[in-house]
Amino acid sequence: MLTKNVKLDRRSFIVGTAAVGAGLAVGLKIPFGPTVVRAQDGSPEVNAWVVIRPDDTVVIRVARSEMGQGTITGLAQMVAEELECDWSKVTTEYPTPGQSVKRKRVWGDFSTGGSRGIRQSQEYVRKGGAAARMMLVQAAAEGWGVPASECTAANSVITHKQSGRTTTYGKVAEAAAKLTPPSEITLKDPKEWKLIGKSVKRLDTLPKVTGEQVYGSDLKLPGMLNAAIKDCPVFGGKVKSFEAAKVSGLPGVRHVLQVGDSAVTVVADTWWQAKKALDQLPIVWDEGPNASVSSATIDAMLKGGLDAEQAFVRNQNGDAKAAISGAAKKIEAVYAYPFQNHAPMEPMNATAKYTADFCEVWVPTQNGEAAFAATTAASGLPPEKCEVYKINLGGGFGRRGAFHDYVTQAVQIAKQIPGTPVKLLWSREEDMLHGRYHPVMQAKLSGGLDAAGNLVGLHCRLSGQSILTAVFPQFLQDGRDNLAFQGLDPTGDFAFGYTVPNLLIDHAMRNTHVPPGFWRGVNINQNAIFMECFMDELAHAAGQDPLAFRRKLMAKHPKHLAVLNAVADRAGWGKPAPKGVHRGLAQMMAFGSYVAACAEVSVSGGNKVKVQRIVCATDPGYAVNPAQIERQIAGSFVYGLSALFMEECTVKDGHIEQTNFNTYDSMRIAQMPKVESIVMPSGGFWGGVGEPTICVAAPAVLNAYFAATGKRIRTVPLKNHGITMV
Amino acid sequence: MARLTINGKTTEVNVDPNTPLLWAIREQAGLTGTKYGCGIAQCGACTVHLDGAATRSCIVPVAAAEGKKITTIEGLATNGVLHKVQKAWVEHEVPQCGYCQTGMIMAVAALLKDKPKPTDADIDKTITNICRCGTFQQVRQAIHAAAKA
Repeated sequence: MLTKNVKLDRRSFIVGTAAVGAGLAVGLKIPFGPTVVRAQDGSPEVNAWVVIRPDDTVVIRVARSEMGQGTITGLAQMVAEELECDWSKVTTEYPTPGQSVKRKRVWGDFSTGGSRGIRQSQEYVRKGGAAARMMLVQAAAEGWGVPASECTAANSVITHKQSGRTTTYGKVAEAAAKLTPPSEITLKDPKEWKLIGKSVKRLDTLPKVTGEQVYGSDLKLPGMLNAAIKDCPVFGGKVKSFEAAKVSGLPGVRHVLQVGDSAVTVVADTWWQAKKALDQLPIVWDEGPNASVSSATIDAMLKGGLDAEQAFVRNQNGDAKAAISGAAKKIEAVYAYPFQNHAPMEPMNATAKYTADFCEVWVPTQNGEAAFAATTAASGLPPEKCEVYKINLGGGFGRRGAFHDYVTQAVQIAKQIPGTPVKLLWSREEDMLHGRYHPVMQAKLSGGLDAAGNLVGLHCRLSGQSILTAVFPQFLQDGRDNLAFQGLDPTGDFAFGYTVPNLLIDHAMRNTHVPPGFWRGVNINQNAIFMECFMDELAHAAGQDPLAFRRKLMAKHPKHLAVLNAVADRAGWGKPAPKGVHRGLAQMMAFGSYVAACAEVSVSGGNKVKVQRIVCATDPGYAVNPAQIERQIAGSFVYGLSALFMEECTVKDGHIEQTNFNTYDSMRIAQMPKVESIVMPSGGFWGGVGEPTICVAAPAVLNAYFAATGKRIRTVPLKNHGITMV
Repeated sequence: MARLTINGKTTEVNVDPNTPLLWAIREQAGLTGTKYGCGIAQCGACTVHLDGAATRSCIVPVAAAEGKKITTIEGLATNGVLHKVQKAWVEHEVPQCGYCQTGMIMAVAALLKDKPKPTDADIDKTITNICRCGTFQQVRQAIHAAAKA
């Protein structure tokens, strides 16, 4: 690529090349020989997960997408653990969605969201590694004419102890690839793990510091043109007309085209030429009926849901309403959470090439299969005439998972210019105006305390958007969106951590024309603020310490309690904090993991908040790479605290008002708290990592802000209260 | 037409003189390590060195960069050896998605040239790049490590 003479260590170079190669392997085809499936370079595939080259290099296939969270390293660790290969010889590659279709989804789900990369593939990828090891050992044993049971494998070397013979994986891979895969596979006991649980270095760092890493927006193809696009700013609106002649003569401009019924593109030699021409293109929109919607009308609609009679009930025991009304003390509070844009650093983009015979798309995506589905739908071609190549993502956070509107657009453009590859790149402004936003939600919480300050009843009424209704209505249960209750569920991966004698948690669904999406953490972001800040309110109303108050309700939730206790202990809860420093707590279970945080803040001038330190604990069951988990925790706090302090997408005349980082801000290094992570896997289950911790930062900080000022802030973002993060 | 000296190499770029330097670097010189993030000098993903100074190239017209020494991330390593900031970034595993990191590294390299031993306050004041993955804790560690190297 561009810096060929930079000295690269061998492994990083191979991985870098593989990562780029996976994206650029145009028309990669796996030939189906009679016995051996071969990778592009002719090396034999031991099975779908493992390719071994004659030089002993192990290529591990990863179906999930790497977007910075470390999943390719973690998943490779899991395969390599069972494979017993030499970790220093491991590299990874992405299979393509087209190959997956041809091979009956041999790599399983490609979707990379919901913190599922590791937890929902761990079993089959480990089995893939174990099966490959068994076949390699068997091949060596057959070559020596000894029973496989007498042979052992370690570090890519197979040994027959009795005869002292050894061979390597690279030497027997060809023979192993011809064997019938084992029908029974026994995985290692976690106690025997050598690689899982170890903070090995990420496999993909070097090209990210040299500029060599190719992201979707960096892609170059021979003869490629560049497209800039404007979709109707009002969701649901359409193109009425545009004056192509006004810009078609500008430098570099090749095409001015309508895209679908709601967008217009300029296609030019360079993207900058396309964007400049698009900026000058007169477009008349038919904004439709949504043009009258504003933040105020949405707010009023949600407020109406707070006391509405009809609501979907998710978590209920006893009679909460009666218990609260009969309680010695009644506490009530209304909270609100806004629309937020994902704003990954790399704006949405996709490159497409269409002919009547084949449609190819190169795209940074969290879900290759969903991108493939968008490609087949937009091209009108059958799956065997489509292919998608995953390219590195400049951030995802949920925007590039369920939604591939930019893929649809790229194919719609390419289809109008057959044979020419077109790279569509959204401007930041386009990205801000056409997000799939964090759902807007309000909550009314009511609690009843008895004379001794015990919580006797709790009602949490949610009112706001349903992501599933907008995106996957087939997953609604009798109309109810269970995702809206994340962290407040009776049981499961999002289980509520308190035992309340009379409990009601319900949701008045209030949908808007602003499209909601899965935003890192999804619905735990607001639910953690609602519940954990209200718990703090209840504790203070009861005159009790917030930790002690919670502990009384958590006796039957030992894993929730363990992480809470861990942060309280580490932070020194109950002991004096440094002068001017105040503490706040929060806990939650989400995506299968138990998480808690203790935030320490200082406040100057009543409104300048310095988050000094956050102690965070997570119990994800098993911790595959603790160093990467620590990075995910600290990173999730940047995303979560940016959202808490700074981020809101407001609606005016049916469109989003914020168009760039000057009005939609994000934390900088000066605002970064010191994050101390406690990774405490207790074993026996698999929880997620990328998202769960994000939700405990905000309520812990809000509770600390209350401790510092006596002021309870119940609506996000804090900038609307004149509060700044310093 | 403009003459740009990028990473020691002079290139003729056939663009409108108002074209932002970022796009001339990416689309004419073909150096895509310098990233587009916002186009309004907010995020720093497009940071390059102009005569050694960290500069957000998305708002600098090509005409203003003529005759200046432009260094991009691809030109930061010398004689095939990574710059100490790049080495520290690898050692501390700073990047997550990595998209903002080339701009971040260029900003830090310029800081260390001006202040070889920056304090945390120097870092806070000078490094204002956005990272949505949230790598700041590792960024700070790596800056101090690079300063000691």
